Amino acid sequence: MLNEIVFLLCAAVTLVGAVAAMMLRNLVHCALCAAGAFAGLAAIYLQLDAEFVGFAQVLIYVGAIAILIVFAVLLTRGGDVQPSAATTSPSWWVGLPVAALVVASLIGSIMASPRLLRLPTPNVHAPVKQIGEQLMNQFVMPLETVGLLLTAALLGAVVIGLREPRKTESNAP
Amino acid sequence: MTTPLANYLILASLLFGIGLAGALARRNAVLVLIGLELMLNAANLNFIAFWRFSPHPEMLTGQMFVLFSIAIAAAEVAVGLALVIAIYRHRRTAQLDRFDSLKG
Repeated sequence: MLNEIVFLLCAAVTLVGAVAAMMLRNLVHCALCAAGAFAGLAAIYLQLDAEFVGFAQVLIYVGAIAILIVFAVLLTRGGDVQPSAATTSPSWWVGLPVAALVVASLIGSIMASPRLLRLPTPNVHAPVKQIGEQLMNQFVMPLETVGLLLTAALLGAVVIGLREPRKTESNAP
Repeated sequence: MTTPLANYLILASLLFGIGLAGALARRNAVLVLIGLELMLNAANLNFIAFWRFSPHPEMLTGQMFVLFSIAIAAAEVAVGLALVIAIYRHRRTAQLDRFDSLKG
């Protein structure tokens, strides 16, 4: 019973945060609501006994990605709200039915499957020690590859974000 | 623990739908990236839920997949936001319908 209440609360926080992040006009508010949705998801991970992933979600999404998004909003002047400007793309009336169709088909197939009503496996433990041992043994190649990918992505982000050098004076008319 | 697996899957599909609607309908490039992140998070929630309800949770494969997925999402968002800022520097706007140089 208590478990269901916790789940419903976390789900409500997540869904309200996600809807607000997609609907609000001010982009800074959108970024903060998205951070709230990520935090609600972290709470759901904790409720599902996945402590390590829950804390990783808090560190990476609520910490790093939300801050990155706020920086990007401020650098592109997204916080300046013009009341007259449209916030939706010209083809929004195509996007919304597509999304509704996807959700309806997903939920319909979930409801139609009686096997998904099963209850969780009791007494699950996922200690950090075991996760670390698995990362160092079975998953060591993916771990190294992710390290390489992150290095390349951060270097690429810096190169893309670098200000381009000004043209030399001789080229100017 | 009494919540069945289907509730988590329904929450994940609603989250995916919200992210998809936002990514398809909003005009601002940063908001489209936020929508993509919401969709990725919905997929991660599915992985964790299936891991928790699986008959062999001691294998930890669901958690491992989510950890790698979070790392790749971080790389993706860093490059995506750098691209948005680079385009903003050229076009002085972050509205997606104004990025039409390649439109025929």
